[in-house]
Amino acid sequence: MSRRGFLGVAAAAIGGAMLAPGIQLIEIARAATPAGAAGANPQVRWGMLIDTTKCATGCTDCVTACNTENGLDPKPSPTSAQWIRKIEIKEIKTGRQASAPVMCQHCAEPPCVDVCPTGASFKRADGIVLVDRHACIGCRYCVMACPYKARSFVHEELSEQKPDVPRGKGCVEGCTLCVHRIDQGGKTTACAEACRQAGHGAIVFGDLNDPQSEIARRVREIQTTQLRADLKLDPGVRYHGL
Amino acid sequence: MWRVLSSLILAMCAASAFAADESGRTPKPVIERALAGKTCVADAAFMRREHMNLLKHQRDDTVHGGIRGANARYSLKECIECHASQKTGSVVKEESNFCASCHAYAAVKIDCFECHTSKPRAVALGASK
Repeated sequence: MSRRGFLGVAAAAIGGAMLAPGIQLIEIARAATPAGAAGANPQVRWGMLIDTTKCATGCTDCVTACNTENGLDPKPSPTSAQWIRKIEIKEIKTGRQASAPVMCQHCAEPPCVDVCPTGASFKRADGIVLVDRHACIGCRYCVMACPYKARSFVHEELSEQKPDVPRGKGCVEGCTLCVHRIDQGGKTTACAEACRQAGHGAIVFGDLNDPQSEIARRVREIQTTQLRADLKLDPGVRYHGL
Repeated sequence: MWRVLSSLILAMCAASAFAADESGRTPKPVIERALAGKTCVADAAFMRREHMNLLKHQRDDTVHGGIRGANARYSLKECIECHASQKTGSVVKEESNFCASCHAYAAVKIDCFECHTSKPRAVALGASK
């Protein structure tokens, strides 16, 4: 092949990554991960919608449910790990008050992942941001980087962990969107379930990418905000009525 | 004289070689029986040599890929379900328990159970309630 001919073919290959008319490499890659396959599905974006107009002031059922589900300290001390917390906010000018739970916002552009020196902090294909404790060295850069204060450090040795939720001293942890439930066919998280049982229904969990899901329908219909939208992190958790 | 001495030395060498062959002199780890009625994911010889690699690959598939439950073939949780001691309800609580006995023998420290529970599901959930 002449030099000119080779360059021409190379340019065509790089230009479109076209294998045959109408077929591109990216399409083959997408087809290789079918929707029904086991594990984290890249076509899914798990998220939550928190309706602060339904969230009751003083109610901490979501926090209790999270602690029970994941084997966290039932009587938290100031140094205990905290995956979800309730906040009470008040607009000073008008006196309007609202209450909302805050947890890991499962950002599409997570700063905790950017700063992690070992790759322990990572985002799954389905948008859930997790800590791989096997790789976590406990440096706590992610705790510093997270604008939502969603990460905790485990300071002391633990015992009696849940079989589904291993956790231990020297690692950083945070909300997992109840990944152990979701991966085994669960449809909701412990906090959303507890909120529904308490009669509030302020937390909706679901797939933001599925137009038929309740969460996708709700975020399409009502006005929602992202916490610290100015940071452009595209969180998977959205709030209504803030 | 030399003949007697050399035969004596030969006899001693033979005796010591024979003693070394006796398995009774080498301590062996006590391996507790697993729960009856189920077969392991692979045969015992393969598991003894390769369990650490199987677990390491499985943990990455589980944590990063979300492969859990029935799809996780080499899950540590499932090992514990069968191999936990009937007496202590754990795989590491006493030195005779399944994981602890071999690891004490081989002097290999395991840190799996600093985070993972060493008890099967029924025992672990019963204790935490």
